[in-house]
Amino acid sequence: MPPRVDWEKCDGCKAQDEPLCEQVCPGNLMTLNKDNKAYCRPLRHCWDCMSCTKVCPVGAIETRMPFQIGYHGAKLIPMVGTNSITWTCEDIYGNVKRYRYKNRIED
Amino acid sequence: MAQELPKDLNQVSTEQVDCDLLIIGGGNAGCFSAYEAKQADPDMKVVIMEKANIKRSGACAAGMDAINTYIPTWDGKTPEDLVRWSRSQVGGGPIREDLALSNAQQLNQCVEELEEWGLPILKDEDDMPSYRGAWDVSIHGEQLKPIMAEKAMESAEVYNRVVATNLIMDGDRCAGAMGFGVRDGKFYVFKSKATIVSTGGACGLYKSYTSDGTASHHQTWMCPFNVGTGYAIGIRKGAEFTSMEQRWCAARTKDYSGPVDTVSVGFNAKMINAKGEYFLEKHYSHLGGDKAPRYIRANAPMEEWREGRGPTYIDTTHMDEETCHSMLTDYLNERPSFVLFLAANGHNPVERPVEVYGSDPYIVGGHTGSGFWVEMDRMTTVPGLFAAGETAGGNPNKFVGGCAAEGKLATRGAIEFIKQQGEVSVSEEQIQAEKERVFDPLFKGKDFDGLTPEEVKERLQRLMDEYAGGTSQFYRVNEAQLDYALRHIEMLKKHIPLLKADSLHELMHAHEVIDRIDVAEIVCHHLKGRKETRWPGFQTRTDYPQRDDENFNCFVESRRNIETGEIEVFTRPYERIVDES
Repeated sequence: MPPRVDWEKCDGCKAQDEPLCEQVCPGNLMTLNKDNKAYCRPLRHCWDCMSCTKVCPVGAIETRMPFQIGYHGAKLIPMVGTNSITWTCEDIYGNVKRYRYKNRIED
Repeated sequence: MAQELPKDLNQVSTEQVDCDLLIIGGGNAGCFSAYEAKQADPDMKVVIMEKANIKRSGACAAGMDAINTYIPTWDGKTPEDLVRWSRSQVGGGPIREDLALSNAQQLNQCVEELEEWGLPILKDEDDMPSYRGAWDVSIHGEQLKPIMAEKAMESAEVYNRVVATNLIMDGDRCAGAMGFGVRDGKFYVFKSKATIVSTGGACGLYKSYTSDGTASHHQTWMCPFNVGTGYAIGIRKGAEFTSMEQRWCAARTKDYSGPVDTVSVGFNAKMINAKGEYFLEKHYSHLGGDKAPRYIRANAPMEEWREGRGPTYIDTTHMDEETCHSMLTDYLNERPSFVLFLAANGHNPVERPVEVYGSDPYIVGGHTGSGFWVEMDRMTTVPGLFAAGETAGGNPNKFVGGCAAEGKLATRGAIEFIKQQGEVSVSEEQIQAEKERVFDPLFKGKDFDGLTPEEVKERLQRLMDEYAGGTSQFYRVNEAQLDYALRHIEMLKKHIPLLKADSLHELMHAHEVIDRIDVAEIVCHHLKGRKETRWPGFQTRTDYPQRDDENFNCFVESRRNIETGEIEVFTRPYERIVDES
């Protein structure tokens, strides 16, 4: 059900014709409200693919588990670099793990 | 962006695009179709109609952690060996060995092209692709979809956010497709000399077991935005379909539908039940145990639950932290939020095994044999309409490499067809009629006492789950249940004129549920047609529990009679081309 948008951080991708999350969502779910802040139309329709979370240039989007299938407080934060991605995962007990790998071969 | 909605049909503008080759769906197969067309003839006008944005659309949107078919020719393996394996995955057939062999001969090159374009394929100590099973190579495929999309965008004109709703016909010949822009509200007419349908398969015909009582309605393994449109537009024009009863039901992580093969195949984690028994090893060792065909691996945990021996798990507790880290990295490449799911349940797989359960059934011809009946040139029984990827039937276990290869093969077929058949002409009447049909739910008015797409979809999904062998029935079905399902599908069809939509997004949902109903109908007919049990899990008939090679070592086929609307069911023989050994 997932994307939770921090409206303090979201600037609606001012420089873009269409905000990046709206561009990439495979379900056409992300859009802007009248204050130009991103939201996910029906949260229940999200597939949790995390495309919006990865593409957000200001890190305003967090993918969350609905409580019915996962307990409160876990986090998975992607940091997209050039040809690599780093994920930081914190479980409900506060254990933090990092995963970094190349996702593209350089030219 | 917010869009002023049209108030009536006169306010809907029509955009007509003429092209040589139209590709419906810019996924794995569609991107390779476009690339192949540009390689063959740079002057050809190729257009891709894409429901989402091609950079992150469809089944590969989140990424992929393996290419499941890449032939290690340096170890002496051949395309024939791959066909033998594929055949064994569906219990010895039937499969279209002609299609499978031609596909296997092309697929290595496609995988190598992906690597050239920037896809990281993991290597072993000898710098050869790192295999995690007999045919699957590990990749870090988080960028797989953008990598394929970039090549497609160089090769074709891409119309993003255009929902395909029907084919255009020139007599019996397909002359393109129509649809609407879910962002711009336009009606689109793509007129083409040949058309490739590569929309992906059908998810959401059946209810996912997490959709009740959770805030996740789309907790599915297959992309929930792939709704079977590619099949539906063919069904409505009387195309022949094959093997729609061979549903893809897969062993998946419970409550989260994460891939299990990543773990079981790649990391040697065996399935275990509540009694601590390695049940695949115990009951299915003659079929390969934990390496048994996928329908066995999907059905076995469900049988354990049914017999009261659930929960079922894959035993990950033998792993060390480093191996587990590597496994979770695989997940981050394909289904990243599964790692979050584990974290949200305080679950370290080294300490506790990962729970496994059967997924809701999908119709996905890149995985099983469901889809359009096609000839060797990948043309369907509708002249001018070609199928590739999940939509093309008869040839299971294609996965990423095979869908890419098939995209190319369909393009080659389409080019030959264009050379022979030339131009098309289309009537204004059919365009106008489709435009009216497409926008109808939008113009019902706010006081109209109608139905939302969501409630119709939920009715269909529950019906299919309970009466057509969903997870609640442990995939099992009988004739009476199927007759019940078909009676209610008929009722649902009668309610379609009541669908209403108050946004373009809802209008898309309205057409998605119409498509799902058409696909669900033939799935039920196919399940009725196979009066035996050939692939328990994929297809289990409680009233015909045995395999019946005498009568059913053949393909079950269907075709909608477009005059009467009746679904005609018949069979086609299975031809074995590749010998044993």
